[in-house]
Amino acid sequence: MIQYFKNVWSGFSSSLVGMHITFKHLFVKKVTIQYPDQRFDLPQNARNRLKLTMSRCNGCNSCVVACPVNCILVETVRVSPDDPHQEVHDNGKPRIMWVTKYEIDFAKCCYCGLCMQACPTDAINHTTEYEYSEYDRNKLYYKFQTLTPEQVTEKERLLAEFKAKDKDKDCKTTAAKADPKPTKPDQAEK
Amino acid sequence: MESTNFVWDLMGRNLGGVLIVISLPLFFVLLYALIAILAELKISAWIQERLGPMRTGPWGILQPVAEVIKLLQKEDITPDQSSKLLYNLAPFIIFTGAYAAFAVIPFSEAFVPADINLGLFYVFAIGSISAMGIVMGGWASNNKYSLMGAMRSVSQLISYEIPAAMAILSVVVLASSMNMQEISRAQGGGFWNWYIFGGPGTWTKIWVVPFTFGLTIIYFIASLAETNRVPFDIPEGESELVAGFHTEYSGMKFAMFFFAEYANMFVVAAVLTTIFLGGWNSPFGDFMQGPWWGSFWFILKSFVVVLFQIWIRWTLPRFRVDQLMYVGWKVLLPLSFVCFMAISLFVMLK
Repeated sequence: MIQYFKNVWSGFSSSLVGMHITFKHLFVKKVTIQYPDQRFDLPQNARNRLKLTMSRCNGCNSCVVACPVNCILVETVRVSPDDPHQEVHDNGKPRIMWVTKYEIDFAKCCYCGLCMQACPTDAINHTTEYEYSEYDRNKLYYKFQTLTPEQVTEKERLLAEFKAKDKDKDCKTTAAKADPKPTKPDQAEK
Repeated sequence: MESTNFVWDLMGRNLGGVLIVISLPLFFVLLYALIAILAELKISAWIQERLGPMRTGPWGILQPVAEVIKLLQKEDITPDQSSKLLYNLAPFIIFTGAYAAFAVIPFSEAFVPADINLGLFYVFAIGSISAMGIVMGGWASNNKYSLMGAMRSVSQLISYEIPAAMAILSVVVLASSMNMQEISRAQGGGFWNWYIFGGPGTWTKIWVVPFTFGLTIIYFIASLAETNRVPFDIPEGESELVAGFHTEYSGMKFAMFFFAEYANMFVVAAVLTTIFLGGWNSPFGDFMQGPWWGSFWFILKSFVVVLFQIWIRWTLPRFRVDQLMYVGWKVLLPLSFVCFMAISLFVMLK
Protein backbone atom coordinates (compact mmCIF):
# COMPACT_ATOMS: atom_id res chain seq x y z
CA MET A 1 0.00 0.00 0.00
CA ILE A 2 2.78 2.39 0.92
CA GLN A 3 4.60 1.33 -2.21
CA TYR A 4 1.49 2.19 -4.23
CA PHE A 5 1.36 5.74 -2.89
CA LYS A 6 5.08 6.09 -3.40
CA ASN A 7 4.65 5.05 -7.02
CA VAL A 8 1.80 7.46 -7.57
CA TRP A 9 3.71 10.28 -5.98
CA SER A 10 6.91 9.56 -7.88
CA GLY A 11 4.97 9.41 -11.15
CA PHE A 12 3.27 12.72 -10.41
CA SER A 13 6.32 14.51 -9.06
CA SER A 14 8.61 13.30 -11.83
CA SER A 15 6.25 14.70 -14.43
CA LEU A 16 6.34 17.98 -12.52
CA VAL A 17 10.13 17.87 -12.66
CA GLY A 18 9.91 17.33 -16.42
CA MET A 19 7.52 20.23 -16.79
CA HIS A 20 9.83 22.42 -14.77
CA ILE A 21 12.68 21.56 -17.12
CA THR A 22 10.68 22.27 -20.26
CA PHE A 23 9.43 25.51 -18.72
CA LYS A 24 12.99 26.66 -18.18
CA HIS A 25 13.80 25.77 -21.77
CA LEU A 26 10.97 28.01 -22.99
CA PHE A 27 13.05 31.06 -22.16
CA VAL A 28 16.50 29.85 -23.08
CA LYS A 29 18.23 31.58 -25.99
CA LYS A 30 17.32 29.69 -29.14
CA VAL A 31 19.97 27.84 -31.09
CA THR A 32 18.38 28.33 -34.50
CA ILE A 33 20.32 30.48 -36.95
CA GLN A 34 18.07 32.14 -39.54
CA TYR A 35 20.37 31.08 -42.33
CA PRO A 36 20.14 33.56 -45.20
CA ASP A 37 19.89 36.44 -42.73
CA GLN A 38 22.33 35.17 -40.12
CA ARG A 39 25.35 32.98 -40.71
CA PHE A 40 27.96 31.05 -38.86
CA ASP A 41 31.40 32.63 -38.70
CA LEU A 42 33.55 30.38 -40.85
CA PRO A 43 36.66 28.95 -39.20
CA GLN A 44 39.97 30.55 -40.07
CA ASN A 45 41.15 27.63 -42.16
CA ALA A 46 37.85 27.09 -43.99
CA ARG A 47 38.42 25.77 -47.50
CA ASN A 48 35.75 26.86 -49.91
CA ARG A 49 35.69 28.03 -53.50
CA LEU A 50 39.13 28.72 -54.99
CA LYS A 51 40.17 32.07 -56.35
CA LEU A 52 43.06 32.80 -58.68
CA THR A 53 44.94 36.09 -58.63
CA MET A 54 46.14 36.36 -62.20
CA SER A 55 48.69 39.07 -61.50
CA ARG A 56 50.59 36.59 -59.32
CA CYS A 57 50.22 33.47 -61.42
CA ASN A 58 53.32 32.66 -63.43
CA GLY A 59 51.87 29.61 -65.15
CA CYS A 60 54.22 27.14 -63.50
CA ASN A 61 51.72 24.26 -63.55
CA SER A 62 52.50 23.25 -59.92
CA CYS A 63 48.82 23.33 -59.03
CA VAL A 64 47.93 21.06 -61.94
CA VAL A 65 50.55 18.57 -60.82
CA ALA A 66 49.43 18.76 -57.21
CA CYS A 67 45.71 18.38 -57.88
CA PRO A 68 44.62 14.86 -56.92
CA VAL A 69 41.43 14.98 -58.97
CA ASN A 70 42.73 16.75 -62.06
CA CYS A 71 40.23 19.54 -61.92
CA ILE A 72 42.63 22.33 -62.93
CA LEU A 73 43.52 23.02 -66.53
CA VAL A 74 46.36 25.42 -67.34
CA GLU A 75 47.69 26.42 -70.73
CA THR A 76 50.48 28.90 -71.21
CA VAL A 77 52.21 30.78 -73.98
CA ARG A 78 55.63 32.32 -73.54
CA VAL A 79 55.79 36.09 -73.67
CA SER A 80 57.40 37.24 -76.86
CA PRO A 81 60.10 39.86 -76.24
CA ASP A 82 58.80 41.77 -79.26
CA ASP A 83 55.35 42.09 -77.71
CA PRO A 84 54.60 45.73 -76.91
CA HIS A 85 52.31 44.48 -74.11
CA GLN A 86 54.51 43.44 -71.21
CA GLU A 87 53.35 42.73 -67.70
CA VAL A 88 54.98 42.80 -64.30
CA HIS A 89 53.99 40.42 -61.52
CA ASP A 90 52.91 41.61 -58.11
CA ASN A 91 56.36 40.81 -56.77
CA GLY A 92 57.99 43.10 -59.34
CA LYS A 93 59.35 40.45 -61.67
CA PRO A 94 58.41 40.60 -65.35
CA ARG A 95 55.91 38.09 -66.66
CA ILE A 96 57.47 35.27 -68.61
CA MET A 97 54.36 33.21 -69.40
CA TRP A 98 50.98 34.35 -70.56
CA VAL A 99 48.39 32.15 -68.86
CA THR A 100 46.00 31.69 -71.74
CA LYS A 101 43.80 29.20 -69.92
CA TYR A 102 43.24 28.72 -66.24
CA GLU A 103 40.10 26.69 -65.66
CA ILE A 104 38.85 24.89 -62.53
CA ASP A 105 35.98 22.43 -62.57
CA PHE A 106 34.40 22.84 -59.13
CA ALA A 107 32.19 19.84 -59.77
CA LYS A 108 35.37 17.80 -59.49
CA CYS A 109 37.27 19.84 -56.92
CA CYS A 110 37.63 18.12 -53.54
CA TYR A 111 38.73 21.26 -51.65
CA CYS A 112 41.87 19.56 -50.34
CA GLY A 113 43.96 22.72 -50.61
CA LEU A 114 47.01 21.00 -52.13
CA CYS A 115 47.08 23.47 -55.03
CA MET A 116 47.30 26.31 -52.56
CA GLN A 117 50.27 24.66 -50.84
CA ALA A 118 51.98 23.92 -54.12
CA CYS A 119 51.65 27.42 -55.53
CA PRO A 120 55.05 29.20 -55.36
CA THR A 121 53.59 32.68 -55.81
CA ASP A 122 50.51 32.40 -53.59
CA ALA A 123 48.27 33.00 -56.58
CA ILE A 124 45.58 30.42 -55.83
CA ASN A 125 43.64 30.80 -52.62
CA HIS A 126 40.55 29.52 -50.85
CA THR A 127 37.80 32.06 -50.33
CA THR A 128 34.93 31.99 -47.84
CA GLU A 129 32.40 31.78 -50.63
CA TYR A 130 30.30 28.60 -50.34
CA GLU A 131 26.94 29.51 -51.87
CA TYR A 132 27.50 28.79 -55.53
CA SER A 133 25.45 25.68 -56.22
CA GLU A 134 24.02 25.52 -59.73
CA TYR A 135 21.32 23.63 -61.55
CA ASP A 136 23.64 22.98 -64.47
CA ARG A 137 26.90 21.17 -63.87
CA ASN A 138 28.61 23.11 -66.64
CA LYS A 139 28.09 26.32 -64.71
CA LEU A 140 30.52 25.03 -62.07
CA TYR A 141 33.29 25.23 -64.68
CA TYR A 142 35.07 28.44 -63.77
CA LYS A 143 37.44 30.24 -66.13
CA PHE A 144 40.00 32.51 -64.53
CA GLN A 145 42.02 33.60 -67.58
CA THR A 146 42.05 37.34 -68.12
CA LEU A 147 43.13 37.34 -71.76
CA THR A 148 40.42 37.35 -74.39
CA PRO A 149 40.58 34.70 -77.16
CA GLU A 150 41.64 37.41 -79.65
CA GLN A 151 44.49 38.43 -77.37
CA VAL A 152 45.51 34.78 -77.04
CA THR A 153 45.75 34.27 -80.80
CA GLU A 154 47.67 37.54 -81.01
CA LYS A 155 50.14 36.37 -78.37
CA GLU A 156 50.53 33.02 -80.12
CA ARG A 157 51.18 34.75 -83.41
CA LEU A 158 53.75 37.08 -81.87
CA LEU A 159 55.53 34.18 -80.23
CA ALA A 160 55.56 32.19 -83.45
CA GLU A 161 56.93 35.19 -85.35
CA PHE A 162 59.58 35.66 -82.76
CA LYS A 163 60.51 31.99 -82.87
CA ALA A 164 60.66 32.05 -86.62
CA LYS A 165 62.89 35.11 -86.55
CA ASP A 166 65.00 33.53 -83.91
CA LYS A 167 65.28 30.36 -85.94
CA ASP A 168 66.23 32.39 -89.02
CA LYS A 169 68.93 34.10 -87.08
CA ASP A 170 70.13 30.77 -85.77
CA CYS A 171 70.17 29.32 -89.27
CA LYS A 172 72.02 32.28 -90.66
CA THR A 173 74.60 32.40 -87.94
CA THR A 174 75.26 28.70 -87.50
CA ALA A 175 74.70 27.16 -90.93
CA ALA A 176 74.60 30.30 -93.15
CA LYS A 177 73.76 28.38 -96.25
CA ALA A 178 70.08 27.64 -96.74
CA ASP A 179 67.58 30.22 -97.91
CA PRO A 180 64.97 31.18 -95.35
CA LYS A 181 61.68 29.69 -96.09
CA PRO A 182 59.41 32.54 -97.03
CA THR A 183 56.19 30.69 -96.28
CA LYS A 184 56.88 29.85 -92.64
CA PRO A 185 55.74 33.06 -90.97
CA ASP A 186 52.60 33.05 -93.08
CA GLN A 187 51.77 29.56 -91.90
CA ALA A 188 52.35 30.49 -88.31
CA GLU A 189 50.13 33.46 -88.70
CA LYS A 190 47.21 31.14 -89.20
CA MET B 1 -47.02 25.36 -41.95
CA GLU B 2 -48.55 23.77 -38.91
CA SER B 3 -45.99 20.98 -38.97
CA THR B 4 -42.94 23.27 -38.84
CA ASN B 5 -44.33 25.63 -36.27
CA PHE B 6 -42.70 23.79 -33.40
CA VAL B 7 -39.27 24.52 -34.87
CA TRP B 8 -40.21 28.16 -35.03
CA ASP B 9 -41.37 28.03 -31.44
CA LEU B 10 -38.21 26.24 -30.43
CA MET B 11 -36.16 29.09 -31.83
CA GLY B 12 -38.14 31.59 -29.82
CA ARG B 13 -39.62 33.03 -33.05
CA ASN B 14 -36.37 34.85 -33.73
CA LEU B 15 -34.38 33.21 -36.52
CA GLY B 16 -31.72 35.91 -36.82
CA GLY B 17 -30.89 35.89 -33.14
CA VAL B 18 -30.66 32.13 -33.10
CA LEU B 19 -28.33 32.11 -36.08
CA ILE B 20 -26.06 34.68 -34.45
CA VAL B 21 -26.00 32.77 -31.19
CA ILE B 22 -25.19 29.55 -33.05
CA SER B 23 -22.50 31.00 -35.26
CA LEU B 24 -20.69 33.12 -32.65
CA PRO B 25 -18.98 30.11 -31.03
CA LEU B 26 -18.17 28.78 -34.50
CA PHE B 27 -16.27 31.92 -35.41
CA PHE B 28 -14.64 31.81 -32.04
CA VAL B 29 -13.57 28.20 -32.55
CA LEU B 30 -12.16 28.95 -35.98
CA LEU B 31 -10.13 31.83 -34.64
CA TYR B 32 -9.13 29.91 -31.54
CA ALA B 33 -7.99 26.89 -33.59
CA LEU B 34 -5.65 29.09 -35.62
CA ILE B 35 -4.20 30.62 -32.48
CA ALA B 36 -3.91 27.24 -30.76
CA ILE B 37 -2.12 25.71 -33.75
CA LEU B 38 0.32 28.59 -33.76
CA ALA B 39 0.77 28.28 -30.00
CA GLU B 40 1.43 24.58 -30.39
CA LEU B 41 4.06 25.18 -33.08
CA LYS B 42 5.74 27.99 -31.22
CA ILE B 43 5.73 26.41 -27.78
CA SER B 44 7.01 23.11 -29.09
CA ALA B 45 9.78 25.01 -30.84
CA TRP B 46 10.69 27.10 -27.83
CA ILE B 47 10.79 24.09 -25.55
CA GLN B 48 13.20 22.48 -27.99
CA GLU B 49 15.19 25.73 -28.23
CA ARG B 50 14.16 26.31 -31.81
CA LEU B 51 12.44 29.37 -33.20
CA GLY B 52 9.51 27.65 -34.89
CA PRO B 53 7.92 29.08 -38.03
CA MET B 54 9.50 32.43 -38.81
CA ARG B 55 8.97 32.95 -42.52
CA THR B 56 5.21 33.21 -42.96
CA GLY B 57 4.33 36.70 -41.92
CA PRO B 58 6.05 38.52 -39.06
CA TRP B 59 7.43 35.90 -36.62
CA GLY B 60 5.52 33.27 -38.57
CA ILE B 61 2.10 34.22 -37.24
CA LEU B 62 0.47 33.33 -40.56
CA GLN B 63 1.74 29.75 -40.43
CA PRO B 64 -1.62 28.21 -39.37
CA VAL B 65 -3.33 30.04 -42.24
CA ALA B 66 -0.78 28.61 -44.63
CA GLU B 67 -1.35 25.14 -43.21
CA VAL B 68 -5.10 25.38 -43.58
CA ILE B 69 -4.72 26.50 -47.20
CA LYS B 70 -2.33 23.63 -47.81
CA LEU B 71 -4.79 21.13 -46.33
CA LEU B 72 -7.64 22.51 -48.45
CA GLN B 73 -5.60 22.07 -51.60
CA LYS B 74 -4.70 18.46 -50.94
CA GLU B 75 -6.31 15.59 -52.75
CA ASP B 76 -9.24 14.09 -50.89
CA ILE B 77 -8.77 10.33 -51.04
CA THR B 78 -11.44 7.76 -50.21
CA PRO B 79 -9.90 4.29 -49.99
CA ASP B 80 -11.33 1.83 -52.50
CA GLN B 81 -12.28 -0.88 -50.00
CA SER B 82 -13.60 1.44 -47.32
CA SER B 83 -17.18 1.83 -46.26
CA LYS B 84 -17.86 5.05 -48.15
CA LEU B 85 -20.74 6.42 -46.13
CA LEU B 86 -19.20 5.89 -42.70
CA TYR B 87 -15.78 6.94 -43.90
CA ASN B 88 -17.05 10.25 -45.21
CA LEU B 89 -19.34 10.84 -42.27
CA ALA B 90 -16.80 10.26 -39.49
CA PRO B 91 -14.93 13.59 -39.54
CA PHE B 92 -18.16 15.53 -39.47
CA ILE B 93 -19.54 13.44 -36.60
CA ILE B 94 -16.39 14.15 -34.62
CA PHE B 95 -16.59 17.84 -35.24
CA THR B 96 -20.32 17.89 -34.51
CA GLY B 97 -19.59 16.23 -31.18
CA ALA B 98 -16.92 18.79 -30.38
CA TYR B 99 -18.99 21.74 -31.50
CA ALA B 100 -22.26 20.64 -29.89
CA ALA B 101 -20.61 20.98 -26.50
CA PHE B 102 -20.25 24.71 -27.10
CA ALA B 103 -24.03 25.01 -26.74
CA VAL B 104 -23.82 25.05 -22.96
CA ILE B 105 -20.45 26.65 -22.38
CA PRO B 106 -20.98 29.90 -20.47
CA PHE B 107 -18.67 32.42 -22.10
CA SER B 108 -19.93 35.19 -19.89
CA GLU B 109 -22.77 35.84 -17.52
CA ALA B 110 -24.69 37.32 -20.46
CA PHE B 111 -23.79 34.82 -23.14
CA VAL B 112 -24.45 31.12 -23.05
CA PRO B 113 -26.05 29.68 -26.21
CA ALA B 114 -28.34 27.29 -24.27
CA ASP B 115 -28.82 27.87 -20.57
CA ILE B 116 -30.05 24.38 -19.67
CA ASN B 117 -30.20 22.85 -16.22
CA LEU B 118 -28.36 19.69 -17.22
CA GLY B 119 -25.43 21.55 -18.77
CA LEU B 120 -22.63 19.49 -17.25
CA PHE B 121 -24.41 16.25 -17.98
CA TYR B 122 -24.96 17.36 -21.56
CA VAL B 123 -21.28 18.23 -22.07
CA PHE B 124 -20.31 14.88 -20.71
CA ALA B 125 -22.76 12.97 -22.89
CA ILE B 126 -21.90 14.91 -26.04
CA GLY B 127 -18.20 14.38 -25.38
CA SER B 128 -18.63 10.69 -26.08
CA ILE B 129 -19.92 11.36 -29.59
CA SER B 130 -16.44 12.17 -30.77
CA ALA B 131 -15.38 8.67 -29.68
CA MET B 132 -18.13 7.36 -31.92
CA GLY B 133 -16.73 9.38 -34.79
CA ILE B 134 -13.28 7.96 -34.10
CA VAL B 135 -14.60 4.41 -34.17
CA MET B 136 -16.51 5.11 -37.36
CA GLY B 137 -13.47 6.58 -39.05
CA GLY B 138 -11.13 3.86 -37.84
CA TRP B 139 -13.42 1.02 -38.73
CA ALA B 140 -14.63 2.35 -42.09
CA SER B 141 -11.08 2.99 -43.27
CA ASN B 142 -10.59 -0.77 -43.62
CA ASN B 143 -7.07 -0.47 -42.31
CA LYS B 144 -5.79 -2.53 -39.40
CA TYR B 145 -3.90 0.39 -37.87
CA SER B 146 -6.94 2.63 -38.07
CA LEU B 147 -9.07 -0.03 -36.42
CA MET B 148 -6.54 -0.58 -33.67
CA GLY B 149 -6.32 3.12 -33.06
CA ALA B 150 -10.09 3.38 -32.85
CA MET B 151 -10.31 0.47 -30.41
CA ARG B 152 -7.62 1.96 -28.23
CA SER B 153 -9.42 5.27 -28.30
CA VAL B 154 -12.62 3.73 -27.01
CA SER B 155 -10.92 1.70 -24.31
CA GLN B 156 -9.13 4.84 -23.22
CA LEU B 157 -12.31 6.87 -23.22
CA ILE B 158 -14.12 4.32 -21.06
CA SER B 159 -11.24 4.20 -18.58
CA TYR B 160 -10.98 7.93 -18.22
CA GLU B 161 -14.60 9.02 -18.37
CA ILE B 162 -15.21 7.64 -14.88
CA PRO B 163 -12.58 9.70 -13.03
CA ALA B 164 -13.66 12.73 -15.03
CA ALA B 165 -17.28 12.04 -14.12
CA MET B 166 -16.32 11.70 -10.46
CA ALA B 167 -14.58 15.08 -10.58
CA ILE B 168 -17.61 16.68 -12.19
CA LEU B 169 -19.97 14.96 -9.76
CA SER B 170 -18.05 16.32 -6.80
CA VAL B 171 -18.55 19.84 -8.08
CA VAL B 172 -22.22 19.07 -8.63
CA VAL B 173 -22.40 17.94 -5.02
CA LEU B 174 -20.71 21.14 -3.86
CA ALA B 175 -22.76 23.46 -6.05
CA SER B 176 -25.95 21.36 -5.93
CA SER B 177 -26.61 22.28 -9.55
CA MET B 178 -25.71 21.00 -13.00
CA ASN B 179 -26.40 24.32 -14.65
CA MET B 180 -23.06 25.71 -15.76
CA GLN B 181 -24.21 29.29 -15.33
CA GLU B 182 -25.20 28.62 -11.73
CA ILE B 183 -21.95 26.84 -11.00
CA SER B 184 -20.08 29.84 -12.35
CA ARG B 185 -22.24 32.24 -10.38
CA ALA B 186 -21.60 30.29 -7.17
CA GLN B 187 -17.86 30.90 -7.50
CA GLY B 188 -18.04 34.69 -7.65
CA GLY B 189 -16.24 37.05 -5.32
CA GLY B 190 -12.57 36.19 -5.73
CA PHE B 191 -10.33 33.29 -6.59
CA TRP B 192 -10.55 31.80 -3.10
CA ASN B 193 -14.17 31.00 -3.90
CA TRP B 194 -13.31 28.86 -6.90
CA TYR B 195 -14.01 25.17 -6.56
CA ILE B 196 -10.34 24.35 -7.01
CA PHE B 197 -10.00 25.98 -3.55
CA GLY B 198 -13.08 24.33 -2.11
CA GLY B 199 -15.70 26.77 -3.32
CA PRO B 200 -17.42 29.50 -1.35
CA GLY B 201 -17.84 28.94 2.37
CA THR B 202 -16.39 29.59 5.79
CA TRP B 203 -12.93 28.57 7.01
CA THR B 204 -14.21 24.98 7.50
CA LYS B 205 -13.73 24.45 3.79
CA ILE B 206 -10.02 24.02 4.52
CA TRP B 207 -10.82 20.32 5.03
CA VAL B 208 -12.08 19.97 1.49
CA VAL B 209 -9.40 21.97 -0.33
CA PRO B 210 -6.92 19.07 -0.79
CA PHE B 211 -9.66 16.97 -2.32
CA THR B 212 -10.95 19.59 -4.73
CA PHE B 213 -7.40 20.44 -5.70
CA GLY B 214 -6.68 16.76 -6.33
CA LEU B 215 -9.88 16.43 -8.35
CA THR B 216 -8.83 19.36 -10.52
CA ILE B 217 -5.63 17.53 -11.37
CA ILE B 218 -7.53 14.29 -11.89
CA TYR B 219 -10.00 15.98 -14.21
CA PHE B 220 -7.17 17.63 -16.11
CA ILE B 221 -5.39 14.30 -16.61
CA ALA B 222 -8.62 12.60 -17.62
CA SER B 223 -9.43 15.39 -20.06
CA LEU B 224 -6.03 14.93 -21.68
CA ALA B 225 -6.96 11.30 -22.21
CA GLU B 226 -10.37 12.23 -23.58
CA THR B 227 -8.89 14.54 -26.19
CA ASN B 228 -6.30 11.92 -27.20
CA ARG B 229 -3.39 14.17 -26.50
CA VAL B 230 0.10 13.28 -25.37
CA PRO B 231 0.83 11.49 -23.05
CA PHE B 232 -2.43 9.70 -23.78
CA ASP B 233 -2.24 9.74 -27.56
CA ILE B 234 -1.99 5.99 -28.03
CA PRO B 235 -4.96 6.02 -30.47
CA GLU B 236 -2.74 7.86 -32.92
CA GLY B 237 0.68 6.82 -31.68
CA GLU B 238 2.65 7.40 -34.82
CA SER B 239 5.50 5.09 -33.90
CA GLU B 240 3.12 2.13 -33.53
CA LEU B 241 0.02 2.84 -35.61
CA VAL B 242 1.20 5.13 -38.44
CA ALA B 243 -1.36 7.79 -37.48
CA GLY B 244 -4.04 5.72 -35.76
CA PHE B 245 -7.64 6.24 -36.68
CA HIS B 246 -6.97 9.00 -39.22
CA THR B 247 -4.28 7.11 -41.16
CA GLU B 248 -6.35 7.02 -44.34
CA TYR B 249 -7.71 10.54 -44.18
CA SER B 250 -6.31 13.38 -46.20
CA GLY B 251 -7.16 16.88 -47.28
CA MET B 252 -10.33 18.45 -46.00
CA LYS B 253 -11.41 15.47 -43.93
CA PHE B 254 -8.11 15.31 -42.14
CA ALA B 255 -8.48 19.02 -41.50
CA MET B 256 -11.82 18.28 -39.86
CA PHE B 257 -10.17 15.75 -37.52
CA PHE B 258 -7.47 18.23 -36.74
CA PHE B 259 -9.95 21.01 -36.15
CA ALA B 260 -12.12 18.77 -33.97
CA GLU B 261 -9.12 17.87 -31.84
CA TYR B 262 -8.44 21.52 -31.13
CA ALA B 263 -12.13 22.25 -30.56
CA ASN B 264 -12.23 19.34 -28.11
CA MET B 265 -9.21 20.70 -26.31
CA PHE B 266 -11.04 23.95 -25.82
CA VAL B 267 -14.20 22.19 -24.64
CA VAL B 268 -12.43 20.28 -21.89
CA ALA B 269 -10.49 23.40 -20.96
CA ALA B 270 -13.74 25.36 -20.80
CA VAL B 271 -15.38 22.71 -18.62
CA LEU B 272 -12.37 22.71 -16.31
CA THR B 273 -12.53 26.49 -16.19
CA THR B 274 -16.23 26.50 -15.45
CA ILE B 275 -16.27 23.90 -12.72
CA PHE B 276 -12.95 24.50 -11.00
CA LEU B 277 -11.51 27.85 -12.05
CA GLY B 278 -14.49 30.09 -11.48
CA GLY B 279 -15.83 30.31 -15.03
CA TRP B 280 -16.28 33.90 -16.13
CA ASN B 281 -15.62 35.33 -12.67
CA SER B 282 -12.81 37.75 -12.14
CA PRO B 283 -10.16 36.39 -9.77
CA PHE B 284 -10.27 39.65 -7.76
CA GLY B 285 -13.84 39.95 -6.60
CA ASP B 286 -15.66 42.87 -8.19
CA PHE B 287 -12.53 44.14 -9.92
CA MET B 288 -12.97 43.84 -13.71
CA GLN B 289 -16.24 41.98 -13.27
CA GLY B 290 -19.02 42.23 -15.81
CA PRO B 291 -20.43 40.61 -18.96
CA TRP B 292 -17.61 41.73 -21.26
CA TRP B 293 -14.86 41.21 -18.73
CA GLY B 294 -16.50 37.87 -18.03
CA SER B 295 -15.88 36.60 -21.54
CA PHE B 296 -12.35 37.95 -21.31
CA TRP B 297 -11.63 36.06 -18.09
CA PHE B 298 -13.30 32.91 -19.35
CA ILE B 299 -11.33 32.81 -22.59
CA LEU B 300 -8.12 33.73 -20.77
CA LYS B 301 -8.51 30.96 -18.21
CA SER B 302 -9.45 28.42 -20.86
CA PHE B 303 -6.45 29.43 -22.87
CA VAL B 304 -4.17 28.97 -19.91
CA VAL B 305 -5.53 25.44 -19.54
CA VAL B 306 -4.96 24.83 -23.26
CA LEU B 307 -1.40 26.11 -22.86
CA PHE B 308 -0.97 23.63 -20.02
CA GLN B 309 -2.13 20.86 -22.35
CA ILE B 310 0.37 21.96 -24.96
CA TRP B 311 3.12 22.28 -22.36
CA ILE B 312 2.50 18.73 -21.13
CA ARG B 313 2.41 17.42 -24.67
CA TRP B 314 5.95 18.61 -25.30
CA THR B 315 7.21 17.38 -21.95
CA LEU B 316 6.02 13.83 -21.40
CA PRO B 317 6.48 10.76 -23.59
CA ARG B 318 3.57 8.55 -24.57
CA PHE B 319 2.15 5.96 -22.17
CA ARG B 320 2.19 2.29 -23.04
CA VAL B 321 -1.28 0.74 -23.26
CA ASP B 322 -0.91 -1.21 -20.00
CA GLN B 323 0.46 1.86 -18.22
CA LEU B 324 -2.49 3.83 -19.50
CA MET B 325 -4.89 1.28 -18.07
CA TYR B 326 -2.96 1.20 -14.81
CA VAL B 327 -3.13 4.96 -14.42
CA GLY B 328 -6.79 5.04 -15.36
CA TRP B 329 -8.17 2.18 -13.29
CA LYS B 330 -5.76 1.82 -10.42
CA VAL B 331 -4.71 5.39 -9.72
CA LEU B 332 -7.18 7.96 -10.97
CA LEU B 333 -10.32 5.96 -10.31
CA PRO B 334 -9.71 5.09 -6.61
CA LEU B 335 -8.30 8.53 -5.88
CA SER B 336 -11.28 10.23 -7.49
CA PHE B 337 -13.62 7.99 -5.48
CA VAL B 338 -11.84 8.92 -2.27
CA CYS B 339 -12.06 12.61 -3.12
CA PHE B 340 -15.70 12.27 -4.04
CA MET B 341 -16.52 10.50 -0.79
CA ALA B 342 -14.67 13.09 1.25
CA ILE B 343 -16.43 15.96 -0.46
CA SER B 344 -19.82 14.31 -0.09
CA LEU B 345 -19.13 13.74 3.60
CA PHE B 346 -18.12 17.36 3.99
CA VAL B 347 -21.27 18.60 2.27
CA MET B 348 -23.38 16.27 4.38
CA LEU B 349 -21.86 17.41 7.69
CA LYS B 350 -21.75 21.09 6.82
